[in-house]
Amino acid sequence: MATLLNMGPSPHIRTSETVESVMYDVIIALLPALFVAVYIFGIRALVLVVISVLACMGTEYVCARIMGQKPTILDGSAIITGILLAYVLPVTISIPTVIAGAIVAIGLGKMAFGGLGSNFFNPALIGRAFIQASWASAITNFSGISRAAGTFRYDVMMADGMAGPTVLTAMKSGQSLGAAIIKNGNPYLQAFLGKMGGCLGEVSVLAILAGGLYLIWRKQIDWKVPVITIGTVFVLTWIMGANPLLHILSGGLFLGAFFMATDMVTRPVTSLGRIIYAVMLGGLIALIRIKGGYPEGTCYAILIMNGISPLIEKYTGPKKFGEVKASGK
Amino acid sequence: MSFFGFKGGVHPHDNKAQTKDELTVLLTAPKMVYIPLVQSNPAIPVKPLVKPGDSVLKGQKIGDADGMMTVPVHSSVSGTVKKIEDRPYPVMGAVVPTVCIENDGQDAWAELSKVEDWEKATKEELLAVIREKGIVGIGGATFPTHVKLNPPKDVTVDTLLLNGAECEPYLNADNRLMLDDPRSIIEGIKIIKKILGVNTAIVGIEENKPRAIAAMKAAAEGTGIEIQPLKTRYPQGGEKQLIKSILNREVPSGKLPSAVGAVVQNTGTAAAIYQAVVNGVPLIERVVTVAGKAVKHPKNVKVPVGTLFSEILDFCEVDRDRLYKLVLGGPMMGLAQFSEDTPVIKGTSGLLALTKEETNAYETRPCISCGKCIEACPMSLQPLRFVQLTLKGQYKELGPANLLDCIECGSCAYACPANRPLVESIKLGKTKLREIMAKK
Ligand code: SF4
Ligand code: SF4
Repeated sequence: MATLLNMGPSPHIRTSETVESVMYDVIIALLPALFVAVYIFGIRALVLVVISVLACMGTEYVCARIMGQKPTILDGSAIITGILLAYVLPVTISIPTVIAGAIVAIGLGKMAFGGLGSNFFNPALIGRAFIQASWASAITNFSGISRAAGTFRYDVMMADGMAGPTVLTAMKSGQSLGAAIIKNGNPYLQAFLGKMGGCLGEVSVLAILAGGLYLIWRKQIDWKVPVITIGTVFVLTWIMGANPLLHILSGGLFLGAFFMATDMVTRPVTSLGRIIYAVMLGGLIALIRIKGGYPEGTCYAILIMNGISPLIEKYTGPKKFGEVKASGK
Repeated sequence: MSFFGFKGGVHPHDNKAQTKDELTVLLTAPKMVYIPLVQSNPAIPVKPLVKPGDSVLKGQKIGDADGMMTVPVHSSVSGTVKKIEDRPYPVMGAVVPTVCIENDGQDAWAELSKVEDWEKATKEELLAVIREKGIVGIGGATFPTHVKLNPPKDVTVDTLLLNGAECEPYLNADNRLMLDDPRSIIEGIKIIKKILGVNTAIVGIEENKPRAIAAMKAAAEGTGIEIQPLKTRYPQGGEKQLIKSILNREVPSGKLPSAVGAVVQNTGTAAAIYQAVVNGVPLIERVVTVAGKAVKHPKNVKVPVGTLFSEILDFCEVDRDRLYKLVLGGPMMGLAQFSEDTPVIKGTSGLLALTKEETNAYETRPCISCGKCIEACPMSLQPLRFVQLTLKGQYKELGPANLLDCIECGSCAYACPANRPLVESIKLGKTKLREIMAKK
C-alpha cells in the first residue's frame, strides 16, 4: 500500500483557538459599552459605530488588494479598530470625519506597516490622533451633545441647557464639579455608570469593566496591564493633588487601559515587559493630564508607549528554564 | 499531588478515554516482520549477524555493533530470514537496512540466558545484560539504557525518577502497563536502584490515571518506592519538567539530569529491564496504543517489534477514507508517517490515525503577538522569536535567543491561535545554528 499520507511536523493537534476566535472575543467584550452608548446617546451612536467599522473594513480590503495580499477583513481585527475608533469620538462627530479617521487608522496605522500583526501603533488611536490634529474642535467640543443626540437623557448639562465640558476639562480648568458638570447625584456613581458627557465608548466604566473581565476570564488579556495602568494614574494624580477617583473614573482611561493598552500587536509580548509598559503608561497619562496641555492624556500616552514597546520587549525576555547554578537546587 | 510543578505547559484534551479501559490485546504475530538494523540513531547502523535463508529463533540476536551508543537487535518471531533490504524507518523519514523475517508460526524461543541472582551481580554485569538484551528507552527516544544508567563519574546521583506521567494525549501504553503488570515495573526499579546505587526512587504519574496510581501503590507496598501523583499538564513527562515537579530541581541549561543528581527512566523501560535481567527476555515486543477518530476499534495492542503499521491498522479497523495523518507516538511530539509500510520499533508508544477535524488544521496567519506561545513554553523561551529569526534567515541570532534550550515539546505551536510554523522553525533553526557552530 503506497498511499501518501499527510506529513508535517508535530504537534499534530492544536488548540481550537484561531486568530478569529481571539478577535471575536474582543468584539464581544466591546458590546456592553455599545449598548450603554446607544442608551445614553441614542441611535446615532450605533450609526457611527457601524459606519466606522464598515469604513475600516473597506479600507483594509482596498489596501490588501493593492498590496496583493489576501483580504482578511473578516478576521475581526478591522472590526475592532472600527469599533474602538468610534468609541473614542463624541456622538457629535460628523460622518465624513469618522470615515476619514477610519481610512487613516487602517491605511496608515495598519496596512502601511504590512497589515495585521506588523503595525507598531494602535490603528484606532492613529485614527483618533489624526482627527484630533485635523479637526481639534470636533473631538474636544462636547457642546451640543443634547441636540445632536436628541435622546441625551441625563442631567449633565449646564443650567442654560447647553452641555457642559467633560469632567476632565472642568478639572483641568479648575471649575468646581458641582457647578460645571455633574448635578443631581453622586459624581462617582454617575461616572461609573456612564451618566456624563464623553466619547461614545468611554462613558460607562461599568460597561468597560464588564467587557474587560470577560477578556481576562477568557485569558485574552493580561489583567496586570489595566490594573497597573489605572492604579498608577490613581496614585500619581493623588500625589499631584488632584481628585484621583474622579480621574480614573472619567475620560478614556478605562477604555484605554482595558482595550488599547492590552492590544496584542502593540503592547510588549513579554510578561515583565507588560508590567513596565503599564507603569510607564499610567505615569504618562497622569503627567499629561495634570501638567500637559490636554485635559485627557490616554490616547497620546498609549501611542507614545506603543513606540517604546519594542525596546521594552527587547530587554525583558523571560528567564529561561535552567538558568541556574550548576547545583540546580 | 506534587507540590512543585513547572511553568508553562498546555492542557490539550487528553483523549485517553478511547483506550483507557481497553485491556491490552495481543496481536497475532504477522506473517512477516521487518526489523530495522539500527538503534536509536538511524545514522549508526548495526551489522547483521544473519543472512537470507538463515532460520532464526524468537529472541535470537540478529544484529550487533561495536560502540557504546548502540544495542543489539533481536528477532521478534521464529522463522526464516527472507532478505535484508533498505526499507522505511519511522524516524526522520529515513530508509535503513532491515531484516525481513518470515514467521513460521512456531513461536520457538532461542535459549534465554538469565542472571541467576541479580542481587549478587555487579553493576557492570547488570549493565552488560541490559545492553545485550537490546534495552532502550521505550518512551520514544530509544536512547540506549545502559548508557543512561551509567552516568559520568564526576556527578553524584541520589534519586531515580520513573516517568509514568504519560502526558501525551491519546496514549495509554504506559497506563496499561502500570495497570496490568505493575510488579515487573517495581522489580525493574529495584534493579535500576542497585545499578545506580541510589536509595530513593519516585514514580511520577499524572492524576488522570487514578487506577494506575492505585495499582502502582499496591505493588510498591513495602519496597520504599514512592508513587507521586502529578498534575495533568503537558509536558509533565519531559525529563526536565518531571525533575522540577517532583524534586524542585532545575536542570541547568545544556546539562543532563544527572547534573542535579537525578536519572529518569520510563516505567516501561523498567519493566523491560526486569524481563531482561530476571527472565532473560530481550526487548522484542511492546504495547502500542492505537487511537484516533479514524480508528473504528481503538485498542492497546501488544505487538512484536517489526510488525508493519498496516497490519495493526487493519486489526483495529482503520477507516482509510477518513485517515488524514498517521502519527507514530503522541500527537504533541509524535512523527507523522508517510507510509503504512513502516515497522513498529521499540519506541513506538502509539499509532494514531487522525482525521482532519481532529488535527484542527488551520492556515498559518500573521503573528498577533498574543504571547500565548511564551506562556505555554515550559522552558520559558520566546518561541515567536524563533519564527521571526528563521523566516528572516538570521540564524546566528538564534543562539542568544536560547533556541538550543528548546525541548521541541510543541506546546507553543499547540497554543498558537495563528498556527505559526513554530516547531518547523525550531527544527530548521537548530540545524542551521549547529552548522554555524560547527564551522567556528
Ligand atoms: S517546542 Fe520549544 S519553544 Fe515551543 S514550547 Fe516547547 S520548549 Fe518552548
Ligand atoms: S502564540 Fe502565535 S500568534 Fe501568539 S505570539 Fe506566539 S507565535 Fe505569535
